[in-house]
Amino acid sequence: MTEAVVWLVPLILVLVPLYALWRRVDVYAVFCQGAAEGIGLLLNILPFILGMLVALEVFAASGAMDILLGCMSPLAAYLGLPAEIIPLGLLRSLSGSGALSLTSQLIVEYGADSFIGRLAATMQGSTDTTLYVLTVYFGAVGVVRQRHALAVGLLADLAAFAAAFVLCKS
Amino acid sequence: MLNLIWVLLLAAGVVAAALQGNIEAVQTAALNGAAKSLDLIWQLAAGMLLWMGLLALLRESGLLQKLAGLIAPLLSRLFPEVDRESEAFGNIVLNFSANLLGLGNAATPFGLKAMQELQRQNPQPDEATDSMITLLVLNTTAPTLLPTTILALRGAAGSASPAEVVPLCAAASCFGMLVGLAVHWCLRRR
Repeated sequence: MTEAVVWLVPLILVLVPLYALWRRVDVYAVFCQGAAEGIGLLLNILPFILGMLVALEVFAASGAMDILLGCMSPLAAYLGLPAEIIPLGLLRSLSGSGALSLTSQLIVEYGADSFIGRLAATMQGSTDTTLYVLTVYFGAVGVVRQRHALAVGLLADLAAFAAAFVLCKS
Repeated sequence: MLNLIWVLLLAAGVVAAALQGNIEAVQTAALNGAAKSLDLIWQLAAGMLLWMGLLALLRESGLLQKLAGLIAPLLSRLFPEVDRESEAFGNIVLNFSANLLGLGNAATPFGLKAMQELQRQNPQPDEATDSMITLLVLNTTAPTLLPTTILALRGAAGSASPAEVVPLCAAASCFGMLVGLAVHWCLRRR
């Protein structure tokens, strides 16, 4: 499977332009025009990412994140969850890079094949960073009233984590 | 809701810093966050421009529409307002397929292009449509056949079988996706 995937991108890179050329598309001009559209898109997203990362960074560096995690640990004990996994559950939906570094810490500290190591990997691999996806996707089109998007995204994350816990336990 | 979370994160951060007598940390952290966003855009830029260029070729050659036709029966029920022949739908299909293959970097430009196309048909441009929220749910819980980062992490940590969690990940994300879609379906307009 991994072998096949190594070929995937190179094949796309050659087959798509080849097919377009065969269909008499002005390939190079169209490619550059498409890439140029990407510049505007990136500029649209930037302010939205900036605003979110500033807030997250302030929240984490001030110690507020640690306080929140401290408050959550009795709840974890009540639910029978390992306390070590709670920060990941909170961070997973907020910060992609934060969650990834936490996951790798947990895997290294407790062992890749331990319960905590497997649970961390499954949680990391089962959802994407909801807040980031929301920020980028709505930022790209300037939608400010997002209705129930965030609530549904977080609920889906929670459901995926619950499933990960049950699956890793059995 | 996003407004509330944003203000809450900032306010909680400032209060916590003040209580711990560490108010200087706020300014440093705020600037750090801003700098990180520029790093992130920079990292995104290369892949984004490349895939947007290829996407234009897919569109102009007619391949996009053909691909969309193949996976359409699967996805079109989730997007009742989106015309199967439209460019928006083609991009949604590509976005979903790229996520499935573990090509997260390629999935984002397709997803953003789809958002732009959906926005074109949006009667209230400042408000999210049902299809936009469906697309977001598909992306936040995107099932992946190949979570390459996880495989690499587990391999590096000496796992006996790094790929053992892959079906677990896929099952957990499918469950999350179903829950998300079900709740969204109850809250949608039409």
